[in-house]
Amino acid sequence: MNDANLYLPYLMRIENITDEAPGVKTFRLTFQNPEEGEKFDFKSGQFGEYSVFGEGESTFCIASSPTRKGYIECTFRQAGRVTNALSNLEIGDTIGFRGPYGNIFPIEDWKGKNLLFIAGGIALPPMRCLIWNCLDLRDWFKDVSIIYGAKTVADLVYKHELDEWSKRPDVKLITTVDPGGETPDWKGDIGFVPTVLDKVAPSSKDTIAIVCGPPIMIKFTFPVLTKLGFGPDVVYTTLENRMKCGIGKCGRCNVGKYFVCKDGPVFTFSLLKELPPEY
Amino acid sequence: MDTNKKLLKSQSLKDLLGKLTQSGKTVYAPKKVREQVDFQSITSPEELAQDYVQTVQSPKSAVFPRVEELFRFRNGPEGVKLSERDMSALPEIVLFGARPCDAAGLQPLRAIFTWDYQDALFKSRMEKVTIISLACQTSDEYCFCTSVGLGPGDPTGSDILLTKLPNGDYLAEIITDKGKSLTDSMPELFLPAPADAKPAALADVQVKFNHEELSKKLASLFDRTDLWVGQSLRCLGCGACAFVCPACACFDVQDEGTTHDGVRLRCWDSCGCSLFTLHTSGHNPREVQSQRWRQRVMHKFSYMPERLNVFGCVGCGRCSRACPVDMDIKEHLTAVMEVKA
Repeated sequence: MNDANLYLPYLMRIENITDEAPGVKTFRLTFQNPEEGEKFDFKSGQFGEYSVFGEGESTFCIASSPTRKGYIECTFRQAGRVTNALSNLEIGDTIGFRGPYGNIFPIEDWKGKNLLFIAGGIALPPMRCLIWNCLDLRDWFKDVSIIYGAKTVADLVYKHELDEWSKRPDVKLITTVDPGGETPDWKGDIGFVPTVLDKVAPSSKDTIAIVCGPPIMIKFTFPVLTKLGFGPDVVYTTLENRMKCGIGKCGRCNVGKYFVCKDGPVFTFSLLKELPPEY
Repeated sequence: MDTNKKLLKSQSLKDLLGKLTQSGKTVYAPKKVREQVDFQSITSPEELAQDYVQTVQSPKSAVFPRVEELFRFRNGPEGVKLSERDMSALPEIVLFGARPCDAAGLQPLRAIFTWDYQDALFKSRMEKVTIISLACQTSDEYCFCTSVGLGPGDPTGSDILLTKLPNGDYLAEIITDKGKSLTDSMPELFLPAPADAKPAALADVQVKFNHEELSKKLASLFDRTDLWVGQSLRCLGCGACAFVCPACACFDVQDEGTTHDGVRLRCWDSCGCSLFTLHTSGHNPREVQSQRWRQRVMHKFSYMPERLNVFGCVGCGRCSRACPVDMDIKEHLTAVMEVKA
């Protein structure tokens, strides 16, 4: 038997912890065994199984860009047993990580195009990986626009990076919060993401749109993109069905003949339309 | 003379089981414990159950245990240490007297565990298993192997297939290299088969539907909510069907112990259970039981054949025997074939 045990995780050291929003944290992780770290490679869009020993595993994307070597980052909201346990950890603690799993955003195919990123709430992390990946290869692409919304100002994640993107002349950033979620000093938009998208009305010419958000946001965003002339082949999203194995065996993320963990998590809207609505 | 066929005398069974056990192999065979027949470790032919149609549990736990250790962890002063079980130390297993449907049931499991990533835990168990199956002379109203392309004497998945002769002896059909090396190692027990050996009649299992046609038909029935709700209104979502199924492979991953010392396990699970697909956010892609029943049928008879080129059902009927509300999958599938498009 030469096959390795697929369920044995890498041991990762928590190098840094950033508080992003209420209940939301980002961990910077390094490989305890540097040899494993050197061999490790991933691409934008992929995810992993993060674990606290004794508590269990949880599925999140890799939120850092593959262009930033030597570490990976994950961002999670404290919600269940594992994320609660993760929240209690400190710098220097050890967690488990399996991955990278799943397919990728085909950024090589997007060379010479405009990019339009549309994200809502805690769904910015899977896109943040891709945004930094594309910004680190900025000359591959033409215009880069980001529309990001959250319920309230406090719920916006990566505030320091939003600030950085807003100052870059080569990025057009629009941030918005749901009506009632604004603070007195809020300078961004007020309104739901699909509404703001409709108002901003970016051109669909030579443009790839990447949408990540809660199911309700995706549902209302796609008709607006269609109205703006985006075909289903140039609109990408990433799905987040419940998973246990991440490698196409445990059956949990099965949607029709597809496995979100193997055939996704990245899907074009044209493929999404073929899937039964079980995501 | 057909060299792939041998004669196993009924009085040689004792020697066969004795030799297998002496050579360090563990023999699992149908054995009656209280009122229930199940695969248990046996050492003598007297322990073999008689007069039963089917064991309650399939023998799948030999290759896919109900609860399997993935690794152990210890978090001490020197940090976290992980340790794996030595799979090469597992004993060789002989599944004796498995039904042909049980042997065939290992094919869908193999497909799931090896279609992409190779699951080493499954594979190392599978390598250690030799299946000596026994063709069925009896069946009951729940059996439907002939409707899913198999049959009471089908060799799929078996290493050796035994068929009873009218005088009580067995005709041994050698299907695989594993079966050959076992029979070759005991030439005094596996004798040349007489050319005129005629097995006793096998069970008459009526064909209720054609599984290939069922598969095609299901592709257009996803949105027939009336059908799925009607069939599953009484389903309790208990998951008993999946636990007795030889082909169900869905599992959960759970930690047991403390954060300092414990074990990560994989445990059988079922798409019929309401928590199976529940997101942490509260969103559930399959929130009602009819959607979960549809998933069970679609996965076995539409998605698996399309994706893995194998059906997720061998027609053993265990799910129907085990169902506390008497849902008979054979009847439901027959009804699917009768739905007007």
